[in-house]
Amino acid sequence: MSSSDQKDQLYAAREPVFPRRVSGKFRSLKWWIMGLTLAVYYLTPWLRWDRGPNLPDQAVLVDLAGRRFFFFWIEIWPHEFYFIAGLLIMAGLGLFLFTSALGRVWCGYACPQTVWTDLFILVERWVEGDRNARIRLWNSKWNIRKWRLRFTKWIIWGLIGVATGGAWVFYFTDAPVLLVDLFTLNAHRVAYTTIAVLTLFTVMFGGFAREQVCIYMCPWPRIQAAMVDEETLTVAYRDWRGEPRGKLSKAANPDQLGDCIDCMACVNVCPVGIDIREGQQLECITCALCIDACDDIMDKIGKPRGLIDYLALTDETAERAGGQPKKIWKHVLRPRTILYTTLWSLIGFGLVFALFIRPDIDMSVAPVRNPTFVMLSDGSIRNAYDVRLRNKNGDDRPFRISLTTDVILRIELEGTPDLSVNVPADSTLLQRVYVTAPVGSGADKLDRTGFRLWVEDLISDERTYDDTVFNGSAR
Amino acid sequence: MAQKPEKKQPETTGHSWDGIEEYNNPLPRWWLWSFYACIIWAVAYAIAYPAIPLIKGATPGLLGWSTRGEVKADIQKFTDANAEIEAKLSETDITLVSADTELQSYAVNAGAAVFRSNCSQCHGSGAQGAKGYPNLLDNDWLWGGDIEAIAQTVRYGVRSTSDETRYSEMPAFGEFLEKEEIAQVANYALSLSNSEHDAGLASSGAAIFEDNCVSCHKEDGTGDREQGAPNLADAIWLFGGDIESVTQTITSARNAVMPNWGGRLTGAQVKAVSAFVHQLGGGE
Ligand code: SF4
Ligand code: SF4
Repeated sequence: MSSSDQKDQLYAAREPVFPRRVSGKFRSLKWWIMGLTLAVYYLTPWLRWDRGPNLPDQAVLVDLAGRRFFFFWIEIWPHEFYFIAGLLIMAGLGLFLFTSALGRVWCGYACPQTVWTDLFILVERWVEGDRNARIRLWNSKWNIRKWRLRFTKWIIWGLIGVATGGAWVFYFTDAPVLLVDLFTLNAHRVAYTTIAVLTLFTVMFGGFAREQVCIYMCPWPRIQAAMVDEETLTVAYRDWRGEPRGKLSKAANPDQLGDCIDCMACVNVCPVGIDIREGQQLECITCALCIDACDDIMDKIGKPRGLIDYLALTDETAERAGGQPKKIWKHVLRPRTILYTTLWSLIGFGLVFALFIRPDIDMSVAPVRNPTFVMLSDGSIRNAYDVRLRNKNGDDRPFRISLTTDVILRIELEGTPDLSVNVPADSTLLQRVYVTAPVGSGADKLDRTGFRLWVEDLISDERTYDDTVFNGSAR
Repeated sequence: MAQKPEKKQPETTGHSWDGIEEYNNPLPRWWLWSFYACIIWAVAYAIAYPAIPLIKGATPGLLGWSTRGEVKADIQKFTDANAEIEAKLSETDITLVSADTELQSYAVNAGAAVFRSNCSQCHGSGAQGAKGYPNLLDNDWLWGGDIEAIAQTVRYGVRSTSDETRYSEMPAFGEFLEKEEIAQVANYALSLSNSEHDAGLASSGAAIFEDNCVSCHKEDGTGDREQGAPNLADAIWLFGGDIESVTQTITSARNAVMPNWGGRLTGAQVKAVSAFVHQLGGGE
């Protein structure tokens, strides 16, 4: 730095961004995706599904108190958390897949940050006008008109925020009941707090922070840098075609100019406020709005579209050398993406398979190891097991417990002379089970003997088992 | 940015090392503000909460909050929440507790906690006992294994300082019998449960047993719970079932003790721990 007054700035105020309205195929696609994702988010809790007398008839429900997750006909219990783990792995692989093929499509189209920012900008434009009007308003003094417009905007943002936070809490309890409770001030404190916090963050992130969430807070742009390669499609400017840029009217010899007329349309529509003509940048969320803007201009000046386009690095190199870009599907269909797709589908099939074979009754057996065995007065050896019985049916079921083994083992249940217990609807019962090896049975003197514990639902005749061991007195 | 004319070169800090230049990407100013806000928060926190270590403890903080106090409040919260069922437990007759599922489940869980802090030192964390300390999981009971008998033992103890304690005393037979006789009667005692023994000695021990032992241990050696006399005909030996241990027991007697927990635990706690022990597998 030459002059002393130009000291390096470690911190700088945010440069406000005023994205201009644009229309085109990517903008339309984004409107559709925005509508769809918002609809899914706001409406899902209102879908109804018959869940019997004890539970709200809600299709998608996270029952925190009962620690159950309901999704239409699927019910996930805490011990089946591997489904959630599997879904998370699939989500991760899905992101890898899309990123390696299409760059930051998630950021550009589907991320809540992008969707809500789009919605907030829509409101802003509706209240305050398009880019130029907004810039004027920004620079103008705080007069009545400015206050009025700002307040209108903030109030609408606030309402969207409340609706967003409100929709969230509906996932956790019966939505219609909660809605009434919320308005009659009967809902739980936690519900109000959650709504307040989510409202605050929705307005803050969608209304004020916007692109700064992507640039400074979100880890995904950092991770995606490792996921893109030279075949990945990103939004790029064909500088070999566009340069030297210049306004047609001002130029002395327009024939020597490139296709870019320096109209700034691409810059003005960009929601993160960058100039794509400077090359791929960290800030770019590949929302493709600059493509729409530029295509529009190219149409008007009668030049071919695609000065700004989805391009991969290999395409750029090829085009500079005078070649043709690859077909889109060739970028998408590569060993890497095929591998991701295969892994993704394998896990998906695994989960679906697991979903279909899982029984409505279930148990887990934990041998009591403190102590491993007890000698009874007749010299026989007894082991105890903590057996957790799960009844996923909507009604109480009698479960019968039995065992199969090669040797003689007797089975008893704590607290009842029978071999069956009643497990209440939709719940878990912890039952202590005793297994005794009489003197001379063999198992009493051995170290360990395997056996199989069965549980049978006496109404549906469904049964399941768990293999466990019997500890004898031998060391 | 958006309104500025395009700039070809990104701004750099002007530093250059081996031709590598550093871009100047200033952080947003609000980032700085949040940093300052955190500092202010930290100062306020240090004033409001215990923070600065001193020689004994830390500065107490203006709010007077402490982890200990929080735990105390938590415990109080649970105690308050349990007050009703606790009162019900202390009023309910012990034999009727198990009929009330909710009460029984409360008693067993509360009893497990009482057991862990008061009983596990001798009877083991799994209630499996040790030499001289009865195993509570098996079906052999010195003083009876029904819920009332267990509660009685817990409340008044065995050979304890309580007036109502369970009491009996086996004499040290080393003072009355010859070594030879003790060997005979020891083998006889072992023969009652078909344990390893010398048949010759045992047959001569029968008469000695008849004279000295049957009053408490009974003709067939099955013992007497009224007097806490152990069953000698089963497989369970509190002090060891080999000939050395039994000889030692007869010679010098063993009179184990257990405190009267009624003096220390509340009535409800005694009931709770009895209910817990009763459902460990040996309850009668
Ligand atoms: S950078 Fe992060 S917050 Fe921004 S759009 Fe991408 S994923 Fe969403
Ligand atoms: S440069 Fe283009 S694609 Fe990138 S964020 Fe801006 S408008 Fe979207």
